[in-house]
Amino acid sequence: MTSLSATIQDVFNQADCAKNTNKSQAVRKKGCTKQLQPGGAAGGCAFDGAKIALQPFTDVAHLVHGPIACEGNSWDNRGSASSGSDLWRRSFTTDMQEIDVLFGGEKRLYKAIKEIIAKYDPAAIFVYQTCVPAMIGDDINAVCKVAATKLGKPVIPVNSPGFLGSKNLGNKLAGEALLGCVIGTQEPDFVTPYDINLIGEYNLSGELWQIKPLLDELGIRILSCISGDGKYREVASSHRARAAMMVCSKSMINVASKMRERYGIPFFEGSFYGIQDSSESLRKIAHMLIERGAATELMERTEAAVTREETKARAAIECFKPRLAGKKVLLVTGGVKSWSVVAALQEVGLEIVGTSVKKSTREDKERIQKMMGHDAHMIEELAPREMYKMLKEAKADIMLSGGKSQFVALKATTPWLDINQERCYAYMGYVGIVKLIEEIDKALHNPVWDQLRNPAPWIDDDLTWHAKALAQMDVRSAEVAPKPLRVEKASPVKRPCSCEAVGRRVIKDAGAAHRLTIVDGAAPRTGASVCRASKETIQDVTAHCASMPQAAE
Amino acid sequence: MAIVTSSNKACSINPLKMSQPIGGSFAFLGLRGAMPLLHGSQGCTSFGLTLFVRHFKEAVPLQTTAMSEVATVLGGYENVEQAILNIYNRTNPEIIGINSTGVTETKGDDVEAFIRLIRQKHPQLEKLPLVYVSTPDFKEAFQDGWEKTVARMVEVLVEPVDAAAPRDPSRINVLPGCHLTPGDLDELRAIVEDFGLRPSFLPDIAGSLDGHIPDEFTSTTIGGIGVDEIATMGQAAWTIAIGAQMRCAAEAMQAKTGVPFRLFERVCGLVPNDVFIAFVSEISGRPVPAKYRRQRGQLADAMLDAHFHIGGRKLAIGAEPDLLFDVSSMLYEMGVQVTAAVTTTASSVLERVAIGEVVIGDLEDLEDLAKARDCDLLISHSHGRQAAARLNIPFFRAGFPMFDRLGAAYQMTVGYRGTRELIFALANLIVADREDNRQPTPDTWRTT
Ligand code: SF4
Repeated sequence: MTSLSATIQDVFNQADCAKNTNKSQAVRKKGCTKQLQPGGAAGGCAFDGAKIALQPFTDVAHLVHGPIACEGNSWDNRGSASSGSDLWRRSFTTDMQEIDVLFGGEKRLYKAIKEIIAKYDPAAIFVYQTCVPAMIGDDINAVCKVAATKLGKPVIPVNSPGFLGSKNLGNKLAGEALLGCVIGTQEPDFVTPYDINLIGEYNLSGELWQIKPLLDELGIRILSCISGDGKYREVASSHRARAAMMVCSKSMINVASKMRERYGIPFFEGSFYGIQDSSESLRKIAHMLIERGAATELMERTEAAVTREETKARAAIECFKPRLAGKKVLLVTGGVKSWSVVAALQEVGLEIVGTSVKKSTREDKERIQKMMGHDAHMIEELAPREMYKMLKEAKADIMLSGGKSQFVALKATTPWLDINQERCYAYMGYVGIVKLIEEIDKALHNPVWDQLRNPAPWIDDDLTWHAKALAQMDVRSAEVAPKPLRVEKASPVKRPCSCEAVGRRVIKDAGAAHRLTIVDGAAPRTGASVCRASKETIQDVTAHCASMPQAAE
Repeated sequence: MAIVTSSNKACSINPLKMSQPIGGSFAFLGLRGAMPLLHGSQGCTSFGLTLFVRHFKEAVPLQTTAMSEVATVLGGYENVEQAILNIYNRTNPEIIGINSTGVTETKGDDVEAFIRLIRQKHPQLEKLPLVYVSTPDFKEAFQDGWEKTVARMVEVLVEPVDAAAPRDPSRINVLPGCHLTPGDLDELRAIVEDFGLRPSFLPDIAGSLDGHIPDEFTSTTIGGIGVDEIATMGQAAWTIAIGAQMRCAAEAMQAKTGVPFRLFERVCGLVPNDVFIAFVSEISGRPVPAKYRRQRGQLADAMLDAHFHIGGRKLAIGAEPDLLFDVSSMLYEMGVQVTAAVTTTASSVLERVAIGEVVIGDLEDLEDLAKARDCDLLISHSHGRQAAARLNIPFFRAGFPMFDRLGAAYQMTVGYRGTRELIFALANLIVADREDNRQPTPDTWRTT
């Protein structure tokens, strides 16, 4: 365990991580993993992160050492794509039983490795350590070493018991496993001055392939993509690349910076989301390769390709502009990619009413601020309840987020689009951004929304469930506020709300009688209170009255 | 008939099995205002959550005690305490259901003792039911987690009744196994209500996970059976348990309240439903409504139409014991040869599956068997789709998880109507497969 905690310390001591270098020495040691609160929302564990980071290596057997929970509940849940082997889609686990917990699971692990090699002959085996075997002291490093020597295959231990921390930490522990046992262990068949590594790109929904044709055209070879559509041999020989791009996320920053340190491979952090970022990244790749020996004409070819692709993409999204201009978007992602997408959305005239910055660095935040102007609504972290409120208050027309928060939007009958891992479409590069805009358009203009927002005929007298939910939230938060366990400041006391007492029809009648068009007129006439829920109802009704022919007369 | 063997591989490949604790959480999801809490590290909960969300396409409440490395070594009292208090303060639950995991069982946390201490220290929790069930990951499977948790609910939440006290003849308890969907529960409810009975389902996932848009925005479960109703289940005249896994809970109910029970191991198929309907008719004292007479006729007709297509098929099925027994028996009665059967955990019903051997194993075992024995129909949860694709045979999704199709919550196998739907779905799958993939070519019958 001591070497493992040293690894963790090391992982967090990242000079290249802007977020980290901003912290004091003491804080930095704690790393970026916040201790989770029991009974607060749960994210993935370190094992989850490690598996996510490495599973896109497609010709490798991923063996999870632990009881059935870790793998049995989770396998087959991510959509990386492979151009070759489908071995990565099979699930391997030691499924530890009570007897293994009592007497140790090392024997079972060794046997499992042997079985896999006999049956599937993979290029290598990655062995993931999980909580239970870590607790009982199974030494997977030793087992892997013995297995590798005896069975003549690379067997790579990935020390990632879930309880060490979050997914994010797991990504980095996966990187450490690659740095420790894989990278630099083989040599490529040949090298060119045009070889690059992509780091932290997972080829979800085959996204990598939206960019690859462009790189191919420019004569740039992806020596290794870590880990999207990856092959063991490629990552093992990736130390011969001339430059590297850390794609979009800092999930494997330790790999990028250690490879620079060890093998002198310079890297930059870039993104292929959005038109501008894609172009910028291509230019940077060309620039770096030229600095390290590629012919200077690479830049001219890159510029030409960039201009061509930008023109094509802009032309393709042009037709969406009239349909999307002025529509409001709430962006709730991990925060890392937000700014990358923001520019593209703004390009078609979409307005961003808020974006999450949970995982963003200060630099990222400044960038967002610059793009979105002063009232950029940056959100640190959102509980579903607040997200729901936000959707209503900011009157966002669509929410872009990961799968977990989709129901908040859907139940609020707000269009929603998945831009996280589980999405079905690829949004990378020039092709991808057009696809993204197209999907937003599709979601926004789907005729279901109008139907669904209509209340059922029999609840005309009542408020819609939205209004009810909002009212209930107001009451709840007032109720809950006075007795918080570890909350420092109490939230302001809410004015009691009587909106449920005033029926929709009352407001409607008042509206028709007085030909009201504004909220303020309705409130005193109907006795409706001023909470947002009832305001909204009134707005609804009065707008309706105003549009009725007799009211317009 | 069948002998049960387990494959003795060290490495499980493409698991059919899911872990016991999330089976337990699943049961808690059928209680109103509940917050299921897994006592373990965060990942266990996050995986469970994702699994439920992918299956039901619903927001699902599930919490973790977030055991860190240090807490795991020192013991989790503080984590359990904090989790309970946080949930209590934030989400205002009507009940918190706690399942242990491999992580906390390896250390051996005594959670019952924790709960006693927490109650002492925090009198405000006095009225909040806290139900704890031990469910280590390294033993048994999903179905066992459900089984134990429901039995525990009965032990803790049902109020004891004097055996001699008068009962409400119109009230019955229904204890459904985890192989039944919200759609199944709704169907069963309709049936017993049509006989003038008032059923209490424990648990009742139909109320919470049937995919409706709720009237309220809450972070605990929506719908489901309330703690107040569970408390009075002892007043019912009968308990109907569905699936062998529910025997424990039914026995616990009888021991505590004297309510007699009748266990239905199967409710899919013509004969099992005849038995079921006759029983409900008997305890309600009412004749079978015309509706069900008609439905029986419809099922009979469906069986006649479908047996041409389904009969003679060689079935490979991978499912948890009760579902496996239920579906394979019905198909056997339709002329299917049950040729390969793989399950996740031991159960008394496995002996009665219409096959020589049932293997406790994984989807690789099922795939190998199906290949060796030339099966031409595969049934399992969604993970089986890869095997079916490699074998190039039609694939029918049944059970949990079903993440790559919509309407998992609605798929029905109970009652005459549910059986008929299942039969049609299967027969149509076979017909479509024949049309799409099995058209003869000039070489079809050539022997090389
Ligand atoms: S937290 Fe530990 S036991 Fe739970 S899923 Fe992650 S690795 Fe497995």
